[in-house]
Amino acid sequence: MTGHHHRRSRGGFIEHTIDGLHSAMDRALYADRSASGRGLLQRLDPRVKVAGLGALILASAMAAKLWVIAAVLLAAIILAALSFLSIWMIATRVWFATMTFSAAFAVPALFLTPGTVIYTLPALLWTVTSQGITTAGFLILRSETAATLALVLVFTTPWMHILKALRLFRVPVVFVVILGMTCRYILLLLENAHEMFESRKSRTVGPMTRGEQRRIAIASTGALLSRTFHLSNEVYLAMQARGFRGEVYILDDFRMQNSDWLAALGFGGLTAALVWVGH
Amino acid sequence: MFIEKPLFEVDRLTYRYESNAALNDLSLSIPEASRVALLGANGSGKSTLLRVLDGLHFGVAGGVRFRGEDLTEEHFADDEFAFAFRRQVGLVFQNPDAQLFNPTVFDEVAFSPLQMRWSKADVKERVMETLDWLQIGHLKDRPPQRLSGGEKKRVALASVLVLDPAVLLLDEPTAGLDPRSQSQLIDLLVEWGGGPKSVIIATHDLDDLADIADRCYVLDAGSLAAEGPPGDILGDRELLQRTNLVHAHRHRHSSGEMHSHPHRHHE
Repeated sequence: MTGHHHRRSRGGFIEHTIDGLHSAMDRALYADRSASGRGLLQRLDPRVKVAGLGALILASAMAAKLWVIAAVLLAAIILAALSFLSIWMIATRVWFATMTFSAAFAVPALFLTPGTVIYTLPALLWTVTSQGITTAGFLILRSETAATLALVLVFTTPWMHILKALRLFRVPVVFVVILGMTCRYILLLLENAHEMFESRKSRTVGPMTRGEQRRIAIASTGALLSRTFHLSNEVYLAMQARGFRGEVYILDDFRMQNSDWLAALGFGGLTAALVWVGH
Repeated sequence: MFIEKPLFEVDRLTYRYESNAALNDLSLSIPEASRVALLGANGSGKSTLLRVLDGLHFGVAGGVRFRGEDLTEEHFADDEFAFAFRRQVGLVFQNPDAQLFNPTVFDEVAFSPLQMRWSKADVKERVMETLDWLQIGHLKDRPPQRLSGGEKKRVALASVLVLDPAVLLLDEPTAGLDPRSQSQLIDLLVEWGGGPKSVIIATHDLDDLADIADRCYVLDAGSLAAEGPPGDILGDRELLQRTNLVHAHRHRHSSGEMHSHPHRHHE
């Protein structure tokens, strides 16, 4: 015993890290499973979904009326329900987080936007204007709608299909491939980190001091970085061994079915109507 | 008199990782249409040699020839040479996570033919044929992170066999597999090999040697320690012990007697 008094953590640093890695892998697995489900959007061509849901995001961004944005949000919820996505999952993962984030920007607008005063904060004497409420409402509702539509797209379409669909908008192949590989290896990194922390947990008894936690965090980051560097070299060699010569080619031949054309027409009509009434 | 045509000729090759020599003045010749095992303990230079034979690493001294042509960086800078070589020689890496870099099994197996600029119709047909032959057609839409160890190895093998190469290089193909998957993989290799095809396997697993090879090269610290048919190599206990392919192991018999003799280890 050194006689030093260390501050001990009650939280269980390793347990928290393992829990965090667990939930990240769970989310990835859920996205994977829901994208291969049999709901309405899962059955559509990814290009229709990327273009259609993107157009709805654009319509909500352009709308000058709150009820029009609310209508787009409602449409997103209906699409999510028809695609068998859990509304509770959307609420917890998107709405609360987006609300917190956008409120940080929206709350000052309540007080800073000039206009008709409808309320004055006691003591501080800050005034809330009706124009401020409208501005904050637009900001929050637009953020919620865009985030919901993006989540609906991600949870109903395999990630690589989304990336390949981006080719429709002339996104370069190399960008698509790099994003695809990033997704693939982030999951591997999570797995590796998870194994590393579980192995550390199996050899750790009792709570750790803050200093010990920092040392473990730094050592683990270093070990993961070193492994990642080694693996990236191996991947590059494996690509070369299979004919990669600096330019990559991928297979992206989606076929439009009648239902896809119908959905494209539906998205187009809905977007046009929303833009027109929201003008 | 029948003269075996050389497939690979390694001539006084030295390869270094920074200051450490992984291959040291190594010379050997691998004939056409042969089944070869590169044997050696960890760090003996087997994996490095496979990468040199695949034109991924180049030595600091000496050289390697494939069917009489030098494998040099200058030659690989030429697209025509590089594509022709990659079409003929395939390498399956030891770590399937390095080899499976595509988002789905289908994309993975389609990668090589697409880089070879095959038509999309040909790519799709050939990929499905290969997946079916390896009995993994049902996995085609699955991402690599949802595959078992044995499935990953099969997909890695499919991603190379899809081009139907003349030469297959394999780095510890059975490492980390359960006995059933090991046996299935060996069966596949035996079925694929033979005839004009060549299979070169780096391994330290001696159990299936007679099934997978008719010629062995034993590497020790980057140099050639011995070569010969599997029977001769397996029969030379002193060689196997010296090159760390077997080791003396103490154990107790049911009579209570303790003794030690050389013995092989599985993965």
